[in-house]
Amino acid sequence: MMLTMTGVHAHYGHIHALRGIDVEVQAGEIVTLIGANGAGKSTLMMSLFGNPRASAGQIVFDGEDITGLATHEIALRGISLVPEGRRVFPRMTVFENLQMGAGFAAAENFEADLARVFAMFPILDERKMQRAGTLSGGEQQMLAIGRALMSRPKLLLLDEPSLGLAPIYIRRIFQIVRELNRDHGMTILLVEQNANQALKVAHRGYVLQHGGVTLAGSGEELLASPEVRAAYLEGGHG
Amino acid sequence: MAYALQQLINGLTLGAMYGLIAIGYTMVYGIIGMINFAHGDIFMVSAFIAVTCFTLLAAADVSSIPLALMFVLVVSMFFTSAYGWAVERVAYRPLRGSTRLAPLISAIGMSIFLQNTVQLTQGARVKPIPPVIEGGIELWQTPDFTVQIGWSQLLIIVTTVVLMVAFTWMITHTAFGRQQRSCEQDRTMAALLGVNVDRTISLTFMLGAALAAVAGVMVTVYYGVVDFFIGFLAGIKAFTAAVLGGIGSLPGAMLGGLLIGLIESFWAAYLWAEYKDVATFGILCLVLMLRPSGLLGRPEVEKV
Ligand SMILES: Nc1ncnc2c1ncn2[C@@H]1O[C@H](COP(=O)(O)OP(=O)(O)OP(=O)(O)O)[C@@H](O)[C@H]1O
Ligand SMILES: [Mg+2]
Repeated sequence: MMLTMTGVHAHYGHIHALRGIDVEVQAGEIVTLIGANGAGKSTLMMSLFGNPRASAGQIVFDGEDITGLATHEIALRGISLVPEGRRVFPRMTVFENLQMGAGFAAAENFEADLARVFAMFPILDERKMQRAGTLSGGEQQMLAIGRALMSRPKLLLLDEPSLGLAPIYIRRIFQIVRELNRDHGMTILLVEQNANQALKVAHRGYVLQHGGVTLAGSGEELLASPEVRAAYLEGGHG
Repeated sequence: MAYALQQLINGLTLGAMYGLIAIGYTMVYGIIGMINFAHGDIFMVSAFIAVTCFTLLAAADVSSIPLALMFVLVVSMFFTSAYGWAVERVAYRPLRGSTRLAPLISAIGMSIFLQNTVQLTQGARVKPIPPVIEGGIELWQTPDFTVQIGWSQLLIIVTTVVLMVAFTWMITHTAFGRQQRSCEQDRTMAALLGVNVDRTISLTFMLGAALAAVAGVMVTVYYGVVDFFIGFLAGIKAFTAAVLGGIGSLPGAMLGGLLIGLIESFWAAYLWAEYKDVATFGILCLVLMLRPSGLLGRPEVEKV
């Protein structure tokens, strides 16, 4: 098992955001989290990094208990996040942002990884020396994804990677998710507004509600489930 | 004309020292969004360390000036960066996340503690040392005035320029510099990418302290006297320099230091020498009222 969360609780002050989460991700899987706004999807991803710190429960990554590790230590274990809201470093160039992503990875891989990211998003190559803060929203999103890939993570967390992108890029993102998983064996945990597409690309999924897991199953099972259809798929999605 | 040229040289010398101290203010502000109010004392402590070292070296009959200078610099940079580290650990880190006023008060507390420690151990009187570097180059001789740049002035200006170039290069071109800037821009994201934020903040305090230590050693060489109160005044002037240049901006701190040095020296030469400190404080007030983001700073976006 690449990642195991058992009974994880997390709080923001008085807000009880995660209430006993049990989630597993196997090596080589794409797993998706489905849930309404405020269900706790982003909090779950951030809690893997101890921000917020799990107040109860255990998180095991790659055979190691990481529940109490410092955020940067957890990142160095090989988990990489494309966070909600992109969070590129606005006063650094595109190139420097990618360097930050590669920060602690082996230096000899840098050129190859850079070429791979530029092949994925040619616009980043064109804008290499531009300050990230002056990129368009969609370009910043691509940069955030590219930055996350630069460290060759074992586990890639994507929090709404297609947010704010034009339809052509949304398709491209899902295609990239598939490719990374199939061709590079990358393990991926994905949160997406578009539940339909997410469940199609994912091997398995979890449904989150009020900080707890209410349903789990394979992508097809969840796609077929009446509850999921009623709550997340009907009404114009997909 | 000759007189003005001399003031320019003196102003540059002063400005170099203010600039070195201002870097510490601006870097710490950049990374934690707060002023390090114990920073001015670092300058004072390093000046006392310099006095002690020079006295010891003289007693030990070390006559090579470059060797003595190197030794004094290394020793005072070592102790002051330890102090910078301690200030962050004691006064700032435990209070991170509390109200903004709390670390300010604890930092002022540490500053008072340090001033009193030095006063107790070194005495309240002014400490003189025999001149370390004498002489200079006569640049221009007119019938009634000789323009001269002292060796010590030349040393200060050259050292400062070298340090500033090296420091700027480190911030803009090395992995540490990128980490430092990433913490300034988005601390959470930096940590998510594996940057040890606490260590980066500690190092920022230490580097700022080490640069101020160089200024402290230089002032000892230049004036030959120190007292336990110089940290306060130099601290406020360097702080003004950082604000004038745009707090948080590295080139701003250097530019601000230079301007404050020049203004002070011309003010003292042509207006009222006894009111030269007033000039600096006047500038501080004016900048805060008219252009709080300073000359090279970004307009402040609310930082919490
Ligand atoms: N920094 C924070 N401080 C306080 N409360 C927070 C914070 N972040 C999230 N919350 C609260 O925790 C709960 C879960 O939020 P979270 O961001 O994880 O939801 P989400 O499932 O990602 O929603 P969305 O689909 O809108 O992104 C919400 O009620 C939210 O208000
Ligand atoms: Mg979210």
